[in-house]
Amino acid sequence: MSLADEVSVEAPAAKLSISGVSKRFVSGQRSVHALDDVSLDVGEGEFVCLVGPSGCGKSTLLNLVAGLDLADSGQISADGIPINAPGRDRMVMFQEAALFPWLDVLGNVMFGLRRKPGLTDAERREVAEFYLRLVGLEKFHHAFVHELSGGMKQRVALARALAPNPRVLLMDEPFGALDALTREQLYGDIQRIWQQRKKTIVFVTHNVREAACLGDRVVLFSPHPGRIREQFKIDLPRPRDINSVELARHATAITAALKNHVRPEAEVAE
Amino acid sequence: MKRAGLAALFFAALFVGWELLYRSGFWSPVLLPSPLVVGRYLWEATVDGSLLSATLVTVKRLFLGYVFGLLLGLPLGLLTARFRVLADTLGLLALGLQALPSVCWVPLALLWFGQTEAAMFFVVVMGTLWSVIIATDNGVRNVPPIYARAARTMGSSGLHTWLWVIFPAALPFIVAGMKQGWAFAWRSLMAAEIYVTILSGFGLGHLLHYGRELNAMEQVIGIMLVLLLIGLLADKIFFSPWERFLHRRWGTAK
Repeated sequence: MSLADEVSVEAPAAKLSISGVSKRFVSGQRSVHALDDVSLDVGEGEFVCLVGPSGCGKSTLLNLVAGLDLADSGQISADGIPINAPGRDRMVMFQEAALFPWLDVLGNVMFGLRRKPGLTDAERREVAEFYLRLVGLEKFHHAFVHELSGGMKQRVALARALAPNPRVLLMDEPFGALDALTREQLYGDIQRIWQQRKKTIVFVTHNVREAACLGDRVVLFSPHPGRIREQFKIDLPRPRDINSVELARHATAITAALKNHVRPEAEVAE
Repeated sequence: MKRAGLAALFFAALFVGWELLYRSGFWSPVLLPSPLVVGRYLWEATVDGSLLSATLVTVKRLFLGYVFGLLLGLPLGLLTARFRVLADTLGLLALGLQALPSVCWVPLALLWFGQTEAAMFFVVVMGTLWSVIIATDNGVRNVPPIYARAARTMGSSGLHTWLWVIFPAALPFIVAGMKQGWAFAWRSLMAAEIYVTILSGFGLGHLLHYGRELNAMEQVIGIMLVLLLIGLLADKIFFSPWERFLHRRWGTAK
């Protein structure tokens, strides 16, 4: 297999189908109803953002799609094939970069590639270098994780997630811990890479503006139990600027809806 | 280089202070010989081969027992961290025995194995094994679960995850445990050598013991210097490179 094949964009983007999914977490006496009868379809090449306050189950749903956890009931499938374990067709970016400190940058990107059969080591290296170039870290192959800034760590994590050429990228508040300026740069990068590499992206965030900036569609969750409340289509041209007035208008509408859905619950709690 | 120079200066000053103390005549030279006398003993013992052969005997005992303890302790520690049933049994035993001063194994070893190499080997292994098990177990439990989850999404599972994710992630703890195990092993071996004569070889502990019997203070101090040197070298040769590696990778160095 050549580099051209390995980094080709022809791998068809997956279509995710989530139907009637519920999930409860029980620890001791307490039971948290994280997801209640959630259904959602994600189209090929679509960029979907899941927003909602903490505890609304958006990260839980992402973990279920990743195959890291299993649903209590309901079905999740990618291209019609039920998901019950992690797979290289669905790569995850976590809030903490979760890079391995005992490996250098290249080693981290190579980790997943080493598990991918059918490649020689030289090819794996080429692929890893290709993605490090894509995220702008070609000069940092041999840097150690602790030497990188927060933004650079997330770029490595992105390269690592892209390297096995998955069809779906699952991103769990990947920019949550970064400063505003670094975040803005990454918004630009992620939009560019998404368009170039034609991925299907499910992106979890509690930042409404971020969701409106990145998503084709914004899915609003409410907590206790986690449910989908509303969906918003964002059809602004790309690349989008997070500071644009148009985008702010969308974000305001979503925020209003969010408050609307969360308040009644809060009153019940009181 | 500057730091090495400073260290050399410091030790030179120590020896000068010692010589001055000796010359003051405050203590009897039987109790405090001159460093020059100690140096002469070390030189003579080196020339007649007794020091070298004792060092080899001791270092060989230490090395064999330590490596065996490591090879046994590392996998056992991984297993106690992985399987609750082992944590509740073997883990508990290791915790208890780790707190036991390892010299306490000497009487038992002598009764079981007699005055043989096997007894020495046993004592060193007991000194190493338990703290290595505890450190490995503890290291694994301190690995952030996100590493294993991230690895799973990249197609790693089972033994691969243990070898290539959990184990390296636990390394800082494991190396600390190896160091502690080494210290315990070294102490217990010395205690055993001073305590009993092992017919199959005279180690440094024996030379130390005979120094006392013969009232030869220059031998006692000379051997102690050799022991100190071995401890220092072991640290610099075996552990420092590991610790430098960990500090560089994890970014924990100052």
